Amino acid sequence: MSGIRVKYDDFEIRVAKNSDIAAVSGLDATITGIAKPDYWGDMFERYGTRDKRYFLVSENNDGLVIGFIIGEVRAWEFGSPPSGWVFALGVDPNARLNKVGSSMFDAICDCLARDGVDKVRTMLARDDELNMTFFRSQGMMGGPFVELEMPLAAPVTRKKAGS
Amino acid sequence: MRLQKATQCALFAVLELARDPKIQISAADIADTFGISVNHLAKVLRDLARARLVESMRGAGGGYRFIGNPKRVTLYDVVKLFEDVDTHDGAFPETGEDGDIGRALNRVSMEIENITVSTLKSITLTTLLKNMDR
Repeated sequence: MSGIRVKYDDFEIRVAKNSDIAAVSGLDATITGIAKPDYWGDMFERYGTRDKRYFLVSENNDGLVIGFIIGEVRAWEFGSPPSGWVFALGVDPNARLNKVGSSMFDAICDCLARDGVDKVRTMLARDDELNMTFFRSQGMMGGPFVELEMPLAAPVTRKKAGS
Repeated sequence: MRLQKATQCALFAVLELARDPKIQISAADIADTFGISVNHLAKVLRDLARARLVESMRGAGGGYRFIGNPKRVTLYDVVKLFEDVDTHDGAFPETGEDGDIGRALNRVSMEIENITVSTLKSITLTTLLKNMDR
């Protein structure tokens, strides 16, 4: 994964380094309003350092991280043949409308295609219009899987025998 | 969701005009392209003009042209002008002693409606036009 590098006029896309994580975490906090540095440290361990897992960033010509994207190949979840999954994407609000997001999406799709899959999927909140519109604009459409959920009851605590 | 005739006409017209916002197309030509009634389309175009999505150009070579931002205008923006897509009343009356069956059916109805609305809100005119051949 270390060889991925795509240069554009105003920015380049490359593999994330450990030293980028504070900037990625800060960017995510700016976008979502929730700071979660531990989560981003864990994401780097899981996706920034292993084969066939992709944690890419966009860096502008001043050396600032202005975007990130993460994805991997997943297989056989409820019968789904191997397919690419993109499950994190963020672009600095000041750097939007400059093809940063679509360039990162193209780059990660190239990585996933080289791993042998012919589809890429993602899952979004229904009301996340920004990301939903972005992924639609890249050509993504509703797929054959549906997300379902339910609230969980509180765990039942059982007494051990003899206690 | 079955769209009303007016909504279908509006989507045809808006998308045809948004293909190239610089050009003007007459109602008759749009109607001819899609095989729809020109009288029906004329009324729909008036509604689209009131919503500031198209404008009527007078004179020789006049017609209609798209004046919105096709990268921002979504299918929802067009559909909502003609359909009651934002009602959250549910499709089923909560009849009976508890209304429990009606409430359960309404939850399903709401789920379908929410998916419909989020789908329409996520597709801009540019996206639809760009991905037509996929």
